[in-house]
Amino acid sequence: MNAPLKKITFGQAFHMAMDEAMAADERVILLGEDIADGQGGGVYKTTLGLSAKYGDARVRSTPIAEQAIVGAAIGAALVGYRPVAEIMLMNFITVAMDQIVNHAAKLRFMSGGQTSVPITIRTISGAGRGFGGQHSDMLEAWFAHVPGLKIATASNPADAKGLLLSCIEDDNPCIFIENTPTYRTSGPPPEPGYRVPLGKAAVQREGRDISVIGYGRPIADALAVAGKLAEEGISVEVVDLRTIAPFDAETVLNSVAKTGRAVIVHEAVKEFGVGAEISSRIHEELFRDLKAPVARVGSRYAPVPFSPVLEKDWLYSQADIEAAIRKTLG
Amino acid sequence: MTETNVDKDLLLDIYRRAWLIHQADAKFRAMITTGQLQILYYSPRGQEVVAAAMMAALRPDDYLVTIYRGIHDQLAKGIPLKELWAEFAGKATGTCKGKGGPMHITHPETGVMVTTGIVGSGMPIANGLGLASQLNGDGRVTVCCFGDGASNIGAFHEALNMASVWKLPVIFLCQNNLYGEHTPYAMSTGAERIADRSISYGMKGVRVNGNDAAAMHAVAREAVARARAGEGPTLIEAMTFRFNGHLLGDDSHYIPKAEMEAAKAADPVPALRRTLLETQVSEATLAALEAEITAQVAEAAQFALDSPYPDLRENRIDVLDVEMLDNREIAA
Repeated sequence: MNAPLKKITFGQAFHMAMDEAMAADERVILLGEDIADGQGGGVYKTTLGLSAKYGDARVRSTPIAEQAIVGAAIGAALVGYRPVAEIMLMNFITVAMDQIVNHAAKLRFMSGGQTSVPITIRTISGAGRGFGGQHSDMLEAWFAHVPGLKIATASNPADAKGLLLSCIEDDNPCIFIENTPTYRTSGPPPEPGYRVPLGKAAVQREGRDISVIGYGRPIADALAVAGKLAEEGISVEVVDLRTIAPFDAETVLNSVAKTGRAVIVHEAVKEFGVGAEISSRIHEELFRDLKAPVARVGSRYAPVPFSPVLEKDWLYSQADIEAAIRKTLG
Repeated sequence: MTETNVDKDLLLDIYRRAWLIHQADAKFRAMITTGQLQILYYSPRGQEVVAAAMMAALRPDDYLVTIYRGIHDQLAKGIPLKELWAEFAGKATGTCKGKGGPMHITHPETGVMVTTGIVGSGMPIANGLGLASQLNGDGRVTVCCFGDGASNIGAFHEALNMASVWKLPVIFLCQNNLYGEHTPYAMSTGAERIADRSISYGMKGVRVNGNDAAAMHAVAREAVARARAGEGPTLIEAMTFRFNGHLLGDDSHYIPKAEMEAAKAADPVPALRRTLLETQVSEATLAALEAEITAQVAEAAQFALDSPYPDLRENRIDVLDVEMLDNREIAA
């Protein structure tokens, strides 16, 4: 028996989640490009070892054919399997939009509940590594606008494992977003059996003066900014959605009702992003309690650029979060 | 001509299915043109025998994935008539509680797993059903129906390639009615035969006169046997024609008159009836079978009209596995 790890990376967390899910339920199968050991165990080695452990029938390297990958996952899910489809990078998901939007999301409803599509689509993205305009986009808002899908992403490795397990075990189609630049970032491992329930946000830091609401990578930035501002006596609460859609309105609204101020942050471009929905919801329900308009932080309204100086300028930053907090505090 | 030794009972079974489609289609069109149903309707008239002969080669627990021109496939597969009709009418008693409608029929009990309104998107899902059967080792076969136009969609290529690589028990049944919407085959398809496209996937492909019940069934039976034996998928190109345009109301102005007249002269349903009479099935037997089906169709249509509409709460159910909150209440 191996000694328990003191720290795990996001990548290890994803691997552990799939390993546990496959051990617990033989209906869990994996589909994706290069994911079997013979092909390297995935472009980020996330599935390395799983085909040796569970067989090539359950861990299948596929052709480079995203529609076929997602379609195969959907079809197998309709008759009882729980496929985890890896779409190597989030931009490649555009190729499979018909399968996700017209089929995975709608078959339960359109069949009057006779069928369901318990698939998980794992996909990776995130700017900051010089991958340019077609390998870095955060497209969660597109999917959040489609009824019938759940979208989740984790801000730390422990949650990453617990959240991915919850997605695989969930009876709905889930899109699970992993982050490229923080793939090797580590954190404490979760307790055995830990699950992050879907649809439940977490208050990652309690505060009195302002709520910063986000998900995924920017949570670590928000926590860093909150730590810095605490030295000035500014008390920042950080709310991590974990499930982007449907989002935990109760936790968000409770937090903002308490603080009276909110900043929403995401890596995706600010315009028409998830932040617009959350901001609107806060204004609809808490307008009289607000001490200032809700502010949003996102990346620039442009394709992700290549040149490192441009990419850095494009991406949201801790300075943006800090500035938005200070402006909202007045 | 394909060698066939189709027996009388089998031909009668195929005719029973074809006549059911024929009568259901006639009744649907009558109800639409008299305003009793307000739906988009894609008539399968002319393609009855393709579906009837294919589905007669299947087991009840085999799977079907089809498209919006699909009642022939669904009825031939055995979907219950009343529930199908009620679904077309948007009623609570429909197969999908009125939430899917004519283009999205599902009925897992008879293997009707998906009906899609998106051209070419059924094949990737059919592969998944086939993958499940392969993993289960249950011998089930999946038939995926689509038209000639769908073979020009990218998903066709992705899915047929994957099915071949994985030797999936899937039959890709292209019902080639020679028109994709209003555009003739030669204007939209570079390959002389769609069946030839199978060559590029390393897959067995066969073209057949789909309107010839015996020939169509022989090809279907062979493809089913191949799939059940774990020998992989088949692409069947069943040549056929459609008599009522792409969408009901379209007057087929883009089809040369002589072509339409020739197709109607070769109408597969009466042709099969004549064949049956020649094989010693009596006129009385056929008339009795036809009358029974016609009565069932009338009964199903009345059932649909008499059924209640769904409760409005259905809009918050089956979106996810839990009931959704009322977002109008939230906004108020």
